[in-house]
Amino acid sequence: MSEHVVPRSVYFAVFGALMVLTATTTAVSFVDLGPWNTVVALAIAFFKATLVVLFFMHVKYSPRLTQITVGGGLLWLAILILITLSDFMTRGWLPVLK
Amino acid sequence: MADATAPAVTGGHAGHGGPRELQHHFDTMEQQREASSFGMWLFLVTEILFFGGLFTAYAVYRHQYPIAFAEASRHLDITLGTFNTAVLIVSSLTMALAVWSAAVGRRKGIVLFLILTMALGAVFLGVKAVEYSHKFHDHLVPGPSFQFPGPHARPAEIFYSLYFTMTGLHAAHMVIGIGLLTVLLLQARKGRYTPEYHTPVEVSGLYWHFVDIVWIFLFPLLYLIGRHLH
Repeated sequence: MSEHVVPRSVYFAVFGALMVLTATTTAVSFVDLGPWNTVVALAIAFFKATLVVLFFMHVKYSPRLTQITVGGGLLWLAILILITLSDFMTRGWLPVLK
Repeated sequence: MADATAPAVTGGHAGHGGPRELQHHFDTMEQQREASSFGMWLFLVTEILFFGGLFTAYAVYRHQYPIAFAEASRHLDITLGTFNTAVLIVSSLTMALAVWSAAVGRRKGIVLFLILTMALGAVFLGVKAVEYSHKFHDHLVPGPSFQFPGPHARPAEIFYSLYFTMTGLHAAHMVIGIGLLTVLLLQARKGRYTPEYHTPVEVSGLYWHFVDIVWIFLFPLLYLIGRHLH
């Protein structure tokens, strides 16, 4: 079988990184960074999710078709969130017409 | 055509040869495995957008009521939330090791790691039940008995509506995941999975990791957004 068997050491390394990042995001949330609290929390969450997708879910070692499918899913998620927010976040920008 | 509804033929379709698990519409085990994993990913993409709708609703309301959301978030139990995040990450590791055990042909390893993964999933749900009961006790469940001190009661109720919808849906996925793993466990004990054929373990693993990823985003967005205040 040509299936790629990922060595266990990779799983343990990813696990360690996920635990450290969880501790980091919890600790940072107690520090007042203004609007950057949300940015840091989301950046850490995206990094953790990327580690899980690439290594635990084997996407790094998967066929191109799978990788494109995952990317396509994320693209549509981005479209959903960005276009919706581009409406709600800009509603106060225009003067109210009477 | 009548063949499609006939009971499974032992040893594959006559004349095709190949391993027992190879369905006749695939040429090789590798092609079959990649098709299954691709199919699971297509399902997971629909799940991304399913949860994505809720995350979008969260973003819209949090943008509208930032202070109320931060205040409401402080009433969640950060200790239990962090503990549960760790539990899920460990369960993802044990799930990955179950798939690994299947890929290298360690049957006892598959059974052991599946049991560990299910146990950790059960711990997560138990902690969630404790948290939910606290919220009922503290009148933080949206509805007629919802009470929230200060001027932000209404938007705080929206936060808790999202909290219960998102974590409830996530918990439902955990229950389904534990159900899937129960089937895998019974099959693994019979020695059904080998290095050549363990696709069910692999695709159920994808599902389990996906549910873990949803929590990776729920945890900071629900539990951590008001900690730096006061």
